[in-house]
Parts: sequence; structure tokens; C-alpha cells
Amino acid sequence: MRAAFLVVCQVIVFVFLTRVISGPAAAANDVSTFTLENGMEIVVIEDHRAPVVVHMVWYKAGAADEKPGVSGVAHFLEHLLFKATENMEAGELSATVAENGGSDNAFTTQDATAYFQRVSSDRLELMMRMEADRMRNLKLTEQDIATERNVILEERNMRVENNPGALFSEQRRAAQYLNHPYGIPVIGWKHEAERLSRGDALEFYRRYYAPNNAILIVAGDVDPAEVFAMARRYYGPLRPTAGLSPRSRPQEPLQLSERRLRFRDPRVAQPYVARSYLAPERDPGNQKEAAALVLLAQILGGNPTTSFLARKLQFETKTAIFAGAFYDGTSLDDTTFSLMVVLSEGISHQEGEQALDEAIASFLQEGVDPQDLERVKIQLRAAYIYESDNVQSLARRYGMALTAGLTIDDIRQWPGILQQTSEEDIMAAARRLFDRRRAVTGWLMRSETTEAIR
Amino acid sequence: MNRITGAFHGVLAVAMGLVLLFAAPLRAEVDIQEITTPGGFRVWLVEEQAIPFVALEIRFRGGASLDMPGKRGAINLMTATLEEGAGDLDARAFAARRDSLAAELHFDVGPDALSVSAKMLSENRTEAAELLRLALNEPRFDQDAVDRVRHQVLSIIRSDQKDPDSIAFQTFNRLAFGEHPYGSSINGTIESVSALTREDLVEARNRVIARDRVHVAAVGDITPDELSELVDGLLSGLPARGAPMPPEAPWLLEGGQTVVPFETPQSVAVFGAPGIGMDDPDFFAAYVLTEIVGGSGLQSRLMKEVRERRGLTYGVYAYLADRVLADTLMGHVASANDRIASAIKVIRGEWERLQREGVSAEELARAKRYMTGAYPLRFDGNGPIANILVGMQMRGMPPDYINIRNARIEAVTLEDIQRVIRRLYRPEKLHFVVVGQPQGLGE
Repeated sequence: MRAAFLVVCQVIVFVFLTRVISGPAAAANDVSTFTLENGMEIVVIEDHRAPVVVHMVWYKAGAADEKPGVSGVAHFLEHLLFKATENMEAGELSATVAENGGSDNAFTTQDATAYFQRVSSDRLELMMRMEADRMRNLKLTEQDIATERNVILEERNMRVENNPGALFSEQRRAAQYLNHPYGIPVIGWKHEAERLSRGDALEFYRRYYAPNNAILIVAGDVDPAEVFAMARRYYGPLRPTAGLSPRSRPQEPLQLSERRLRFRDPRVAQPYVARSYLAPERDPGNQKEAAALVLLAQILGGNPTTSFLARKLQFETKTAIFAGAFYDGTSLDDTTFSLMVVLSEGISHQEGEQALDEAIASFLQEGVDPQDLERVKIQLRAAYIYESDNVQSLARRYGMALTAGLTIDDIRQWPGILQQTSEEDIMAAARRLFDRRRAVTGWLMRSETTEAIR
Repeated sequence: MNRITGAFHGVLAVAMGLVLLFAAPLRAEVDIQEITTPGGFRVWLVEEQAIPFVALEIRFRGGASLDMPGKRGAINLMTATLEEGAGDLDARAFAARRDSLAAELHFDVGPDALSVSAKMLSENRTEAAELLRLALNEPRFDQDAVDRVRHQVLSIIRSDQKDPDSIAFQTFNRLAFGEHPYGSSINGTIESVSALTREDLVEARNRVIARDRVHVAAVGDITPDELSELVDGLLSGLPARGAPMPPEAPWLLEGGQTVVPFETPQSVAVFGAPGIGMDDPDFFAAYVLTEIVGGSGLQSRLMKEVRERRGLTYGVYAYLADRVLADTLMGHVASANDRIASAIKVIRGEWERLQREGVSAEELARAKRYMTGAYPLRFDGNGPIANILVGMQMRGMPPDYINIRNARIEAVTLEDIQRVIRRLYRPEKLHFVVVGQPQGLGE
């Protein structure tokens, strides 16, 4: 049976729930790039199997770029971009997309905000005209602010307040980052989101929504030369923001002390232990450590039956009904590596955590099973074949990586770097990673549980 | 996936299946070959050599609704244990073999079908297919695997009991369908699942994984002959007959509301009324109308009125949930406890406004443009196309049915819409199940 649990980590927040998530397909994955004079970067991913195109604009500004005190404003602004501009009425962009048989949405992460439409490829020009318009010409009323603020508060209710696992995750992230804004949720702390103003939104908009801070990704049945010409026509005239320097957020100090949390809620049905370690991310020209961590996460806890933690905790000690490891290295600044142990009935948090510690210790002693590594590498290779069936996910992978500060070359080299990673690389990365002083350990508990934390 | 939200998406998936079902190409080149294998299985194939893999979709009709009385959850537990060992391979050996072939083999079950979704690389397709054959024909159901998966299922059942969305959908289904299989969760209860034995799983498998109820579609890098051989190999050894289908589900729910008290900040409401069958002459009018009222995106009447104008929710939807044994018009909304009453009032108001004013010619035209234009965009990859094709077979549709889909939508008139409003969108039929601590709802 597949994993029934995930570490709830609200790193992506959409403007509305998508009911059908699917995308067109890429066969050859031909990628071309171009940069406009105003600084806007353009990436074209060709796939001619179906007459469909995905048009995405990514801003290199996400929740971690907010100033203190206005958490959630990046995401709030994402919602507000569906309101009126100097040339369009509120809702007109989405309505026009729908009238052309397309779908649209937007999302915000810690590092980026992205807007996308999926349409028949002969409607690309219309998408560009509208998306270029809202990059610089947004008009917001106080009524928009009052109404949409309630929408994002209801979104927070749905994603976080109604879900004890999500509340727990927020608290753990806040404890993980001592100084970096990644500790603040993308959707914003409730008390700050409630007070977001028109001025807060416009300040973020005017600074960050500019061609010299944006990446256009067009994926599907298109000709790169035509896309570039079209982009020059619509995005070319847009005025860049002057004095926009590369992003530089407050960085983590040396973390010298382990942090431990207990979170209790009467709505908790399934207790678990979660631990995260501060971990390095993919850096331009330097992705080896991150590649080793990707493989480490796969080998330790990437599969509910064959992974090391599943074998130890689900099959041998039966401490857990699910054990997993998670790492996403595509991030501008330091990321996290997480472990999770969903406790079997009758197993205490203390016992679950101890079994996890023992499993990690024996992994560090035993090293990587070469067969495990081989299997994981085959799967990673196959994942690229299966992914090429869906050009939208490919476009998204490019956007995530580029807004996390990586280059096209880095993206191209990444699959090869993963394949070249050795058992020794993985063990060395594991030894550097597993330092409890940089870790947060959390116990999600039913509220009647009174077990003491050590 | 997170099963805590699984129940919610599961129900939406019913609606999505419907949408996909009627998705037909305007220009997308979908060349469906109908093949009868030497073993007598009728299979649909779209050859597509661009990427070296094949997506295979198999459905066994009846799904978890074929549980024996007193054995609720047996088919779900059986399905979840199919990949936990087969033939000479125990659970870990099976998974290791699957992963070293980089094959994707997913087994899932719902109220209407047991689904097998496979992706197999061309380079090792024969070996991957043999693994799938083992899982379907010779599952081991080792006691330790059964117990391990049973604990996962029990955990999901306990989580559903504390998840407002799951509580809302399960309550709605119980009230609407009563003792019929649609009236209870396919997962079963703590008691029923705890009592299941290995023999129950063997019996469950024989009830549903049988040759008399199977549909197959494949899209990708495979020829008709290769596919025939593959399918015969997979299915020929299965039992000839499974269990009889349950009867149609009754509709037991009057209009009104039911509140399930639950301590949480945001109330969740599931609402619904009797729906309309796909074979009904008014089905397409109902389909277009429901898109106007509660479709996806920001354009629907409900999204405009409840979210865009009043900020009462993040999302509100209505959709036709056409299942094999019941047709339902369903909806979903979530609002803070002190605002849910307003949201429900606005939704009920929209049903009443429909009765008074109908929809405008412009709204109808817009919905048609969206629905016909969105159509070819759905044929976008081997996996999605295989899914659409097998869904069509489930509904007994011929391959060329997809060619008339858009014409049917275009043919819907304002008079048709008006008739469907009177028949389907009757405010007094609408029942809301609200989970939370709603304020001001009254009785």
C-alpha cells in the first residue's frame, strides 16, 4: 500500500483549488532561451504532440522576500492580480481564458510567485497581452482588499486552521529557522494576514513585478522564434524596476542547540514523530551535496516498502505504520531534510523516536546497500521519461529551479549529477547532515496524551 | 497522497471522471484502435511512439460496492494488499522487483471500480507485465502483509473520523443512500476491518477481479499484437465470473440541513440533491447548466457570488456526480463558523434565482465556448488519454462517441436549460450537511 501520510508542508499556495491537474506533453524536451533588453528571461520548451501551450510568468519574489510584519502579502498579492488593471476589468483575464477553452491559476512559494494559463497553442498571443498588462498596470480598490482578505483567511482556515498536522508543521518550521524568513508560512501568520492593506500589496507589487525580475516559460506546441518575437512585442515595452539587487535574505547563524516541540490537539487521529534537519540546497555550479541528499532521502525513506526506514521500522520493529524521508533541494537558501515516523497503535512517541534514532545510527554504520542505490537511480532515470509525458510539470520544474537561483545549465546537468553520485558521496552527506544541533524534533499528539518529553 | 483529504478528492474525482468522459477531440489526433485479443478481451489502443513507455489502464466494474454483507472494507484491504507480494515474491521482493524495472503499478478501488494503472518502460515491458500478472493472478496475502496494511487502513479510518471533509461526505452518503454500499465508506469500520481474515481477502478478490467485468485501454509505445499478448497474459487466468452487481442506490434524503457538531474553526458543508443520468435526453443541458452554476475556476455563479463578491469562502463548487448506481448533483463549500450560514444562504439563493431568472443567452454561450474549447486540451499525454478511454468503456460508450460530444453541447438551448432548472435545481430538494460549529444556521 502506498504512503498514506505526508509531512504537511504548506510551501505552495494556489489562488484557487484546481480540480483537474494535468498538462500537455513533451516528447523531445527541446529547450531554448532568450533575454529581452529590459531583463526578462524567456525559456521555451517544445513539444508538438498536442496543439496545447502552457504560458507561465514567474516572479523571483516569494514569501521569503516580504518585509517583517506583513507575512502573507506575496500570496495576497497573487490573489489580487486577478482584479482589475488599467485595461481589464476584475476577473476579465480568467474569464477570457475560459472563453477560449483554457484554464488558469497561480501559486506562491517561499522563493517565487507564478501565474499560468493552459490554452490551445493558437491563443498564446492573447495570453501574453493580458499577462503583460497585469505585470505593471494593476488597479486595486479598498473593496478588493476587504473581500479578498477574507478569501485568503478562509484559505488559511481550510489549509491550516482546520488541520492539526498543518498547524504542527508551521510550528516546526518556525523553530527550524532561527533567522531566515523560511520560518514564516507562505500563507502568512493569521494575525498579520488579517491586517494586510492595499499599501502593503502595492509596495510589493511595484518593486517585484517587473520584467527584470520575471521569467517567462512557454511550453508546448510552439516555435521558439515566434515566441521570442511575440514576447518582445508584449513584454519588451515594460519598464524594469530600477535598483533591484539580487535577493539577499537574513541567513541562518550556526545552529548550536537542538529544538523539541510537542503539539497537542483533540483533532489528532494519528500521532507521529517528525524531525527536520537544516540542509544545504542546490547551488549554481554546485549541486553535488544536494544530489547526495536526494538519493539519501530516497534510500532512507522514499519507498513505503523497500526503503531503509520502512524495512527497519515497519517490517522489523513494527514501530511505525509508515516511515519516510523527504528532501527538496530546489530552494534559494538553506532547506530542510525531514524524517517522519507514523506510530503504530500502542507505540509511544518516545519509543518511536528511539527506534528512528537507532535506525539512523545503524544506517550510518552499515552504509548504502549498492542494490538500493542502483534501484533508486533506475527510478530517477525513469521518472524523467515519465515526466516528459507532461510538459506542464516540466515547465514547472524549470520555473522552480530558475527562481531558486539555478541556471539552465544546472537544470540540464542535474540528472547526470544524480546518476554520478556514489555510495561514499551519500554517506559523507549523511554524516554532515545528521547533527541534532541543527534539528527540530516534533511530537504530534492526541490532546489526552500526557507522556513527558525527555 | 494524503488520505485525510482523500475522501474529498475522491468525490470530486467522480465529477472529474465525468468531465473527462465527455472530453472529445476537436483537433487532437486520437486514433483509437479497437482490438479483440485471441483470448476474447476487447481492448482500446492508441499507438504513440514518441516516448518509450506504455500507459495501461484496467478497470474491474463493481469495485468496493461488491463487499459481502458484514465484510465492509474487504475489497479495499484486498486491493491495498495486491502489491504486497505475489507468486514467489514476498512484499519486499515484489516492491524491489517493481522498482528495479522502474515500472509504475498502482492499484486503487472506489465504489464503482477497482483500477489498475500501470506505466511500463518499453525496454523491460515483458518483465513488468509479468509482475503485474503475478499481482492480479497470484497475490499472496501473507498474514504479516495483511496485518501491516490493515493497520494503515485503520489509521486512515481513524483520521477520517476527525477530518471535517470526510465526516461531511460520509454523513451525506449515509443519509442519502442508507444501507446501500454507497451509504458507507469503502474503507469499512474499525470493527469490520479488524475482523477481516485472509480468507475474506481471497473471497473479495474473486468477487471483483474477474473476466466478466474488465475494461482495458492502452496508450503508448506498443503494437496491437504486442498489446493482445500482454492483455491475454494478464487476464486469461482470472476467474470467469465475479459477484453480481448491487441494485441501484435509493435516494433517501429530503431537502433541509443536518449539522454534525465538531470543534474546528471552519465549517465544511457538503450539499446535494438527486441528479440526472448520462443516458437521459437532458443530460447535456444539465452538464452545461452545472458548469454555469458551479464549475471550476472563478467564473461560476457560485464562485462569483460566494467568493468574489462576498469573500465568504476560498472555494465553492457544484458538479454532477454520475456514478454507476446513483446520479447526484453535489456541491461543497467551507467557511468560518460565523460565516457559513451566510454562505449557505447565498447558495440557496442561487438555486432560487435560477428558478426566477434562469440563465442568460450570454452565459450559455460562454459556458459552451469554454466546454467545447477546453475539450481537446484534455488529450494531453499517454496516461490521461488511457484514463479517458477506459472511463468511456465503463459507461458503455463506443470510441466514436467522442466525436459527437461537442455537438451535443452546442445543441443545448435555453429552453433545455429552463426545463432542467425546473427538474434538477429545485431549492426544496437541496440538503446541506454541515460539520463544525456553525453559528446562526437555525433549524
